Amino acid sequence: MERFRANLLMCAGTSCVSCGTMNIRDALKEEIKNRGLEKEIKIVLTGCNGYCAQGPVMVVQPEGIFYQSLTVEEIPKLVEEHFLKGRPYQKLMFKEPEKKIAIPTMNEIPFFKHQVLRVLRNRGLIDPEALEEYIARDGYQAAAKALSQMTSGEIVKVVKDSGLRGRGGAGFPTGLKWELALRTKSDMRYVVCNGDEGDPGAFMDRSVMEADPHSVIEGMIICAKAIESRKGYIYVRSEYPLAVKRLQIAIDHCYEAGLLGKNILGTGVNFDLKIYQGAGAFVCGEETALMRSIEGKRGIPRARPPFPVHQGLWDQPTVLNNVETFANIPPIILNGADWFSSLGTDMSKGTKVFALTGRVKNTGLIEVPLGISLKKIIYDIGGGIESGRSFKAVQTGGPSGGCIPEKFLDLEVDYESLAQVGSIMGSGGMVVLDETDCMVNTAKFFLEFTQAESCGKCIPCRIGTKRLLEILNRVTSGNGKEGDVELLEELGQDIKATSLCGLGLTAPNPVLSTIRYFRNEYEAHIKDKKCPAAVCKELLIYSVLEEFCNGCGACKRACPADAITGKRKKIHKIDSELCVKCGTCFDVCKFNAIKKQ
Amino acid sequence: MVTLTIDGRKVTVRKLSTVLDAARKLDIPIPTLCHHPKLSPSGACRLCIVEITNIARPVTACTILVSEGMKVKTTSPYLERLRKTTLELLLSDHPNDCMICERAGDCTLQELAYFYGIRENRFEGERRLYTKRDENPFIKREPEKCILCGRCVKICNEVQGVSAIDFGYRGFNTKICTPFEKDLDCEFCGQCVAVCPTGALTGTMWVQKGRQQDVRDVDTLCPYCGCGCSLTLHVRRNEVIRVSSSEDTINEGWLCAKGRFGYGFINSPDRLTKPLIRTAPKTSSLIAHYSSLFREASWDEALDYVVRRLKSIKDSYGPDSIAGLSSARCTNEENYLFQKFIRAVIGTHNVDHCARY
Amino acid sequence: MEAALEKILKTYREKEGNVISILQDLEETFGYIPENAVNWFSKKLDIPESRFYGITTFYAQFHLKPPGKNVIIVCRGTACHVKGSDRLISGLRRTFNLPEGEDTTADRKFTIERVACVGTCGMAPVALINKKVHGKMTSNKLIKEIKILEVKKTDTNNEG
Repeated sequence: MERFRANLLMCAGTSCVSCGTMNIRDALKEEIKNRGLEKEIKIVLTGCNGYCAQGPVMVVQPEGIFYQSLTVEEIPKLVEEHFLKGRPYQKLMFKEPEKKIAIPTMNEIPFFKHQVLRVLRNRGLIDPEALEEYIARDGYQAAAKALSQMTSGEIVKVVKDSGLRGRGGAGFPTGLKWELALRTKSDMRYVVCNGDEGDPGAFMDRSVMEADPHSVIEGMIICAKAIESRKGYIYVRSEYPLAVKRLQIAIDHCYEAGLLGKNILGTGVNFDLKIYQGAGAFVCGEETALMRSIEGKRGIPRARPPFPVHQGLWDQPTVLNNVETFANIPPIILNGADWFSSLGTDMSKGTKVFALTGRVKNTGLIEVPLGISLKKIIYDIGGGIESGRSFKAVQTGGPSGGCIPEKFLDLEVDYESLAQVGSIMGSGGMVVLDETDCMVNTAKFFLEFTQAESCGKCIPCRIGTKRLLEILNRVTSGNGKEGDVELLEELGQDIKATSLCGLGLTAPNPVLSTIRYFRNEYEAHIKDKKCPAAVCKELLIYSVLEEFCNGCGACKRACPADAITGKRKKIHKIDSELCVKCGTCFDVCKFNAIKKQ
Repeated sequence: MVTLTIDGRKVTVRKLSTVLDAARKLDIPIPTLCHHPKLSPSGACRLCIVEITNIARPVTACTILVSEGMKVKTTSPYLERLRKTTLELLLSDHPNDCMICERAGDCTLQELAYFYGIRENRFEGERRLYTKRDENPFIKREPEKCILCGRCVKICNEVQGVSAIDFGYRGFNTKICTPFEKDLDCEFCGQCVAVCPTGALTGTMWVQKGRQQDVRDVDTLCPYCGCGCSLTLHVRRNEVIRVSSSEDTINEGWLCAKGRFGYGFINSPDRLTKPLIRTAPKTSSLIAHYSSLFREASWDEALDYVVRRLKSIKDSYGPDSIAGLSSARCTNEENYLFQKFIRAVIGTHNVDHCARY
Repeated sequence: MEAALEKILKTYREKEGNVISILQDLEETFGYIPENAVNWFSKKLDIPESRFYGITTFYAQFHLKPPGKNVIIVCRGTACHVKGSDRLISGLRRTFNLPEGEDTTADRKFTIERVACVGTCGMAPVALINKKVHGKMTSNKLIKEIKILEVKKTDTNNEG
């Protein structure tokens, strides 16, 4: 193998790429060539680094210097300083927000410091399209061990002992699931990986599939041995084309290397793996609907029991786990159950990947030990609320989850604790909300989503979520009635009790949890016809703040309803009768002279 | 066999029975809309929910299989509250036009609304509006009344094997539709009409012919073919206004397009009630009014005429110049007699039957 | 058209496809699901047309009408919502003067779509212009991008 003085690990995740990674790569290449360094420095495109907020990002190894917000213009200077003069270039480093001191290495940056990387062990370190790079980092050792030295029962036992629980949301013990499938008599069993990450606000599975596809495949191979399966599917949503591409490349490489197909690694184990692309339906993340979809039908859930471990894909016993769960398997096999369960809480072991987004300074993908407090995630890793505003709530679990208020910030995050406060772990979306977010509107947003994604089979979900949404629309538009909050609660409870599948069973959660903790906001909308956070359009009144308006006329030109009048260089006025409350004036005013309340 | 307890009563049923089957065996009523004993279970309407010891949430009786020692509760204030909410939701998206609905009095949804006393609805809101109507003489589809139980889709697919319709779209916009939402163009067997629990599917020719009042049910056999399906004629003022068939018959309640919709001939003014004898000779020229070429005759005259003509043809051209073709609408006995007549009386083997083609 | 359909049929047979994979190939080839193509496959494979139609209308990936030349997809994920993606949509609709219930401009140049989440929440709000991700969008930036597209006479991305 060729050796280089430095490896430039450039993040080629979707986020960074859309911020211009490829242009920067070209500029870097050009510059390195111009300086005659091409034999000394190698550029590697890696999967998502996780620190999406600062993209495009790059890490220089072996020193581990982290560069962020790269631009084409800065490249010549960077190459000159760092690689010719040997002085890491401070201007593009992460700076500690208060004192503005540059922090050169990745491991010292707070965003990374508190993380424990197990699932994301290879993130930003390997080229996801190169099998040898995965193998160089202990890849496929666990599969080799499982296939050649362990029996099915032993694998199941290790996974069971580790305490790993399904990372897709419900948290069913993975080892138990495998055991049930193994015990079901059949000539055919299937291993299915659920990569239909549909929760808006969650992108950890996408990142794993893009950055480290082999870890998922390895986990599936081990599962295949454990449950004596010959055939597996990875179901990936069509919105993730890059994940599909990388997984396909990885699968092809595995077939070439004898890691998939007949007689894997000479152990006599046969396992075929195929990608199946979803076609855009959130409900297909539900296991029975997902299997229908693989069978080529409308993705409609069916009643359980029978559970997939007994009667799944094509009515055969099927183990269905999500991407993160499978990626957890190889290190468990290599390091043992005790290693895995050394982190976490009593009931929830190991680490969990969260997609931290919303109003925090550092958005991105993080992996933390279960049991970590919400405060640590939001303030230490996330860097606190942006623009110095105050925290209001954190929404976990996507449209099936709930909003957790400030008083629970010390909550230690695990499956049970989140359920206790009316939310769920879900797939790990974490959206931070601040004082400028309206909780009724947030609930409405999630309801809009679940209502649109309801499959329409059962009545409580099909019509119930529609009615919930209608009541919420009524409330946010100032037409709320006395008793609407109680009606929302009653209907929400009944939908939760009677719906057929997980979508309907959890759809009312955002409404119920926001009523539980932010009832006063609902009441303000209904009784005072006011939106305390100034979000709900119909309840807003736009006006011009005279002390800031300099009469530039930008708002007048932009107003689609001709509701703004005023002479040039004179204070403008908004006619509230004509105003359609679109908010355009607020957006275009450069002097913060538009007030909404 | 498995023994379980439902509402405190023990019952023993076969191993793969559902809780609903077991409850029906005990004659315990559980409301259902999407369930049909001949079709695969769906669990969509959520009305048959029951409480089972050791299962946290209510489960649908139509999908859960019995197990030994299971303890089931089919009713409780909680279950009834949930059922009522579900019904209210369903009715909030249903035109309340029972006044003019063809199925009033024979509608499962209406009956349930009656039993649960639903007059006011807490969930008034947007309704699906479908105004497009199919052009066909048999099946009338009114999708806005559809509760999406899926029985029509299943019968068309699982029993009839036609798959003319399927679920389309999703969520609140789900509807039962034909490919590309064209007018229904199928065998028109009307099985879907027979299993529809509401007025979403009715017969086009049923309109304003009468509902439940003054309607007599007359059991008879279908005259169309040798299958011998049992029919129930719904008769009002001596006119057949609908045809159905009950599940406990030899044909298990299934019918074809002819049996179900082919009753128009009974009261048709074109129906032959007296023998007719052709009066004009056959010509190749165009004839304006065929009806003018026949005259009414008595049975004696007509039969005498047939005997005379058959005899003369046999005498002049031999028995093999005559052939007999009988109809599937005749009984076996009639068909037997007919072939006997052709072979023994006329003296030819030229006899056949329309069912052979 | 027949040739394109034969090709899809061939991959379907080689790769053990199903109705969904056929529809995905049709969508890829034509940009929507043509009725006569469904008709053709239904006859070839003896799968009822109603099933094709049911699946087509169930999944968001499939369209019954041909799209406009340029497709602008606005992400409606949580992070994007929090950062105002609904204003991007209303801004676009205003710019194109789109009537209620219509997603494609009358001149068939632009189609606006929404997607549940593209999974690039770190750079919310996000819009995809002809499949390319644009992050940290504002109404003005988006309209600027569209002006650029309007000027371009020939569009390479969506031709055919």
